[in-house]
Amino acid sequence: MGRQLLFEHINTPGIRGLEGYRANGGYRSVEKALRTMSPEAVVEEVKASGLRGRGGAGFPTGMKWSFLAKPPGVPRYLVVNADESEPGTFKDRYLMERIPHILIEGMITSSFALGANTSYIYIRGEYFYVARILEQAIAEARAAGWLGRNILGSGFDHEIHVQVGAGAYICGEETALLESLEGKRGNPRIKPPFPAVKGLYGCPTVVNNVETIAAVVPIVNDGGAEYAKIGVGRSTGTKLISAGGNIKRPGVYEIELGLSCDEFINSDEYCGGVDGRAFKAVVPGGSSVPIVPYELFLRTAAGEPRLMSYESLADGGFVSGTMLGSGGFYAYNDAQCIVRSTWNHTRFYHHESCGQCSPCREGTGWMEKVLERLEHGEGRTEDIDLLWDIQRKIEGNTICPLGDAAAWPVASAIRHFREEFEYHVRFPQKVKDPKHFAKEPFVRNANFATA
Amino acid sequence: MSARTRPITTTEGTRPFAFSEAALAECRALMARYPEGRSKSALIPILHIAQAENDGWLSVNAMDAVAGVLGLQRIEVYEVASFYSMFNLHPVGTYVLDVCRTTPCMLRGSDDVIAHLERKLGVHCGGTTADGMFTLKGVECLGSCGTAPMLQCGAHYHEDLTIERADALIDELRARNSRTNYTDR
Amino acid sequence: MPKVTIDGIPIEVPEGTTILQAARMIGERDKAHRHVVPPAMCYYTKLETSGGYCRTCIVKVTKGSDKDPRPMPKPVASCRTAVMDGMEVANTTDPELLEARKGVVEFLLINHPLDCPVCDQAGECHLQDLSYENGKAASRYEFERRTFEPVDIGDSIKLHMNRCILCYRCVKVADQLTDGRVHGVINRGDVSEISTYISQAVENDMSGNMIDVCPVGALTDRTFRFSSRVWFTNPVDAHRECGTCAGKAVLWLKGNEVLRVTGRKDQWGEVEDFICNTCRFDKKDLNAWKVEGPRKIDRHSVIGQGHYMLQRKQQLLNAPAPNVPEIAKRKELKDR
Repeated sequence: MGRQLLFEHINTPGIRGLEGYRANGGYRSVEKALRTMSPEAVVEEVKASGLRGRGGAGFPTGMKWSFLAKPPGVPRYLVVNADESEPGTFKDRYLMERIPHILIEGMITSSFALGANTSYIYIRGEYFYVARILEQAIAEARAAGWLGRNILGSGFDHEIHVQVGAGAYICGEETALLESLEGKRGNPRIKPPFPAVKGLYGCPTVVNNVETIAAVVPIVNDGGAEYAKIGVGRSTGTKLISAGGNIKRPGVYEIELGLSCDEFINSDEYCGGVDGRAFKAVVPGGSSVPIVPYELFLRTAAGEPRLMSYESLADGGFVSGTMLGSGGFYAYNDAQCIVRSTWNHTRFYHHESCGQCSPCREGTGWMEKVLERLEHGEGRTEDIDLLWDIQRKIEGNTICPLGDAAAWPVASAIRHFREEFEYHVRFPQKVKDPKHFAKEPFVRNANFATA
Repeated sequence: MSARTRPITTTEGTRPFAFSEAALAECRALMARYPEGRSKSALIPILHIAQAENDGWLSVNAMDAVAGVLGLQRIEVYEVASFYSMFNLHPVGTYVLDVCRTTPCMLRGSDDVIAHLERKLGVHCGGTTADGMFTLKGVECLGSCGTAPMLQCGAHYHEDLTIERADALIDELRARNSRTNYTDR
Repeated sequence: MPKVTIDGIPIEVPEGTTILQAARMIGERDKAHRHVVPPAMCYYTKLETSGGYCRTCIVKVTKGSDKDPRPMPKPVASCRTAVMDGMEVANTTDPELLEARKGVVEFLLINHPLDCPVCDQAGECHLQDLSYENGKAASRYEFERRTFEPVDIGDSIKLHMNRCILCYRCVKVADQLTDGRVHGVINRGDVSEISTYISQAVENDMSGNMIDVCPVGALTDRTFRFSSRVWFTNPVDAHRECGTCAGKAVLWLKGNEVLRVTGRKDQWGEVEDFICNTCRFDKKDLNAWKVEGPRKIDRHSVIGQGHYMLQRKQQLLNAPAPNVPEIAKRKELKDR
């Protein structure tokens, strides 16, 4: 087991309440920052830590913070993105549900660094019960003087509010989130301007993921340099990985970045290997990242062991690599059908497209229809090229990254599993049964003529 | 695939709507969280409250009341309510079962659970049982992939579902026969 | 002033000018360079925050600026991207970009009913122009198109949602020109629609401008419906004293009969002045107007068809005997 920075006390009884949290070292980062540090010094520690956005994009947090505009007399906001909706991702829910105070603490310390007197947690509507837990934690923190006016006599005032969404994946995109927080449809904004200049209510705003803000706590407590010692290369610190799919031990794991992929998926400390069959494919970072065959998850195209890090998972680009993304990890066994899974992925993006820009609005639905036809044995060989062409024309041509997110799963499925798509065209009768590969797993590179 | 149910865009045949005193107080408290002139920010939370007070769906009357509380044009409320999938724009059953159908759940058998519930309740996803007890809704990823398959009913997540557990849940809910809402505490 | 180069043609423009505006300035400066102007279906100069949605005006920024010469990683919406000094932009010179634009056009058409023969917008439809100039001849879409019932939003405006490309212009008109918007975009994704949600009339002094800004036949003038194809009408510039608007309009005549009144559109298809509903819907009497003279119609427009046919007839008369295989080849090229 690697070092546990966020989960150190995850199983400690009473950790959900303020008393238990405080007894286990909680709110030390607020004391340290407000009593002994300048806001700039906190930003410097975060920069030194090498922390990268844990929501999926992996953008350096310290750099994001330093972009925040500071015009005099204009309020600044910190908004925490708790809209966790990327399929496969449930780490933030787990963290907020069990240790809500680590998020509150991280928000106070971060807001001090950013000079934000009000911050908001935008949480997806389905997590209503988690919003209640957070509200309870905020009330406790306020009663104990961690929130409110003149915190610890430092002169720093801070309030936190929880805002619930109402069912829209797109609100995880930071500008759509801000629109939603303003009480509007979750339509992503056209950038520039970026939120750091014009965000919530037109004011400078930083939007960070739950896990990112929680990580500020150990960074301030132990120093950025200490945090940066964990990990490999530009992938510093620990990362929460929520693991699901056809593995023995689904759950949320805090790993040191740089852990070997083989160890993560196969050791009993983490996923525990496959659930009784053989692994076929892996989506390591949420549904938007490219799906890769199991072998390419374990090793790069050059044969190097693959590591759980931003760089190693991306090794090979989109040809043979994938991405760490949000840490929404799920694995497929050989009973699963890649065409069915791709259809399912695409239905998701079609359902979640906001409809603002044409390539995503029209293209996602088109891909879904073609994939549905293929999966049911009603497709043609040309459909595979058509799909390839549609995804190519969505990718890069939309307002927000949802277009790319919808395109990549289709592109990677065709790139790595084209034979399986062809099989659906050649053997329509065999794929009529929705569980076609459960009885007779698909064998790659097999001679279809004898199949 | 869920059948697309058209929103009820008329007040005909729907009951009048007025917020309870407690709900109004909650609305006001919500509005106070935002800077001056920004109370529209409270629209989504207030729509949740309205839905909970209107038998689980947003009628035109309910949405118009929300517009009244916030001082918004009515279309601003319709635009927002129709964007978000948790808002029901047509009447629903006592219980709305939001069954996750997205890939990570699919890998762990959600197709079977959904097919079973459809058979057992005699409705397709999107439909409501004849007795008005259950509305079955196929929804996208609820962030519970490690405990898949799963469904949400009101504020509760029902995880690690099997056919047997789904059956037991239906029986339990039917026996209890009292509406659940996302806003339940 | 920042200097930007579009398809190799340089121009200096005021600070804050968008790439699209700069391209239009190039086109205005020299008609021979008009081809560098990207098509725009949702951007509208007079409507704030318009643009960025349709993606037809995408261009490649091959050099960001003199200060930061890195190219932009993805195509950008030229209507919403400001030029920087030294910026270099590729539009028609980049085959990859033209292919991407073809994709956008195809996306816009997959759910469009293609009911041009019965559409009042035919002949002045920007989607027709767009697909003719930038699209493919055939669609690869084989599924049922989404459909909506046409609705009357008031006495004067018809909404054919089937034809809508969700450009948001009409919503911005209602937001920026009228008080008390009653229509908007409801639902999401590809079932989004322009709607009043409840059955309701869009009624206020300036609502008719929704028709003029609509790039397609989604919003049409009920007082003109099916009266005539636009190219059989005779447009004249006219004005009247009006307390609400500038009173500068175009009358679309058949003989002395005023079939339709619209705003005056510039060469980019945008009205010069918004007009009020009284001028548009209620003044269908030639005596109510002072006619200034014939409206100049762009030579590209189908509305100029009569004139165009004359020229073409002359060309045909002067041409040598037709070469049948050559004509077939030309047709094939056009169909591609």
